[in-house]
Amino acid sequence: MADDLITMDDLTDEQIEALLKDAEKLLPAAKGDVYLPLLEGKLLGNMFFEPSTRTRMSFETAMKRLGGNVVNLGALASSSVTKGETLFDTMKMVDGYCDVAVLRHPRQGAAQYAADACDIPILNGGDGAGHHPTQTLLDLFTIKQAHGKLKLNVVMVGDLRYGRTVHSLSHALSRFGADLTLIAPPALSMPEEIIEDLKSSGANITVSEDLLSNLPSADVIYMTRIQKERFPDEDEYLKVAGIYKLSRKDLKDVKESMIIMHPLPRVDEIHPNVDNTPHAAYFDQAFNGVVARMALLCFLFGVDVQGGVSK
Amino acid sequence: MSEMRRVTAICNGSVIDHIPSGAALKVLRMLRISGKNSNPVSLVMNVPSGKYGAKDIIKVEDRELTQEELDRLSIIAPHASVAIIRNYSVAKKRTVEAQKELVNVAKCTYSNCITHGNREPQSHRLTVISVDPLQLRCHYCCRPQDMDAIIDNLL
Repeated sequence: MADDLITMDDLTDEQIEALLKDAEKLLPAAKGDVYLPLLEGKLLGNMFFEPSTRTRMSFETAMKRLGGNVVNLGALASSSVTKGETLFDTMKMVDGYCDVAVLRHPRQGAAQYAADACDIPILNGGDGAGHHPTQTLLDLFTIKQAHGKLKLNVVMVGDLRYGRTVHSLSHALSRFGADLTLIAPPALSMPEEIIEDLKSSGANITVSEDLLSNLPSADVIYMTRIQKERFPDEDEYLKVAGIYKLSRKDLKDVKESMIIMHPLPRVDEIHPNVDNTPHAAYFDQAFNGVVARMALLCFLFGVDVQGGVSK
Repeated sequence: MSEMRRVTAICNGSVIDHIPSGAALKVLRMLRISGKNSNPVSLVMNVPSGKYGAKDIIKVEDRELTQEELDRLSIIAPHASVAIIRNYSVAKKRTVEAQKELVNVAKCTYSNCITHGNREPQSHRLTVISVDPLQLRCHYCCRPQDMDAIIDNLL
């Protein structure tokens, strides 16, 4: 692996498979049943310039479950960012404080920019509408957990234009032979350059605006939120808000093994009455953020995940 | 009348030839040649060219353009060449060389790229994906560059 994880291209297929295997082994430690202080003495910098619940908390949980520690940028209002400090200067400081840093930033390319400025490994925790590779690792783990393989029919729904999770996941799944069905209104369709990249890697891509007709053949439905914060103006957002909604009544003809995923937070795209169906995988998916990130951190520090200590 | 005689020969300096028709003013901007420089500058536009149909030519007196300066032109004048003139004779000839990366030549055309952040100090880096036609991607945000808009983002 490269020192940094900016996009999924920084990992080989073999490395991804090894990480998914390691994540499986780390499940007891992620749940707190086993104590594995493999990263004792290591310090993670959580640099979140945009709101986050799961990514920030699961990185912090992962580091602490492994015996390491975490420092947080904290609220932007209480940092020097409000005084006009550049990302470069902020990251140069973190470079001296920490052993590894996770960066989330509203501007695309921020993670690569920080990686170029720092000697410590930088993990992209989401850069604007760019990439979110650590989310992809937990998504792949969730799919593998449910189906035992990744060569499946995966239907991605919603904001495919600005959705960094689907950008990273589609790249990764195409490498493992998955068929991808991309469902979005024209204003939120997958960027052309990404579709071209996917096709050039041999992926079988179907583009549609209709969710319901694509449900029966799906092995995975990957719902996404229409991200209000990415729209240049509210009128454009209102034209597409709430366009795709999934509720229990829509699931009559789906495959028994089909799982519904969502990077969360959701607004109204998955009705709460889906939560108790066997198809709902999004809360397990959120938990998997801990194991996937534990596996990644161990991998990054060259630590073998075997040899945990029972409590 | 030959296009080279539209302006007088220069004693010392650089003659930039094979500029796409109508792009001479952008070339001057890219080379940071403005009316404020003391060097005399001659410019002819839309003269006939056997190879390209029409072209622009610029003559800059008492300044020898470097290869690095010439390579900056690859965005708008990939086939441009420079003749370095010394004492009315051609001393050297240079052509634009294909680059793997353009550093601090132009700003990324995606307005939400990190390089558009206030006072961010690192270099603007555009990776060359294809030379002919020229296709670029931003090193940081990976976005393909809008080749029509990039002219307005020249540094």
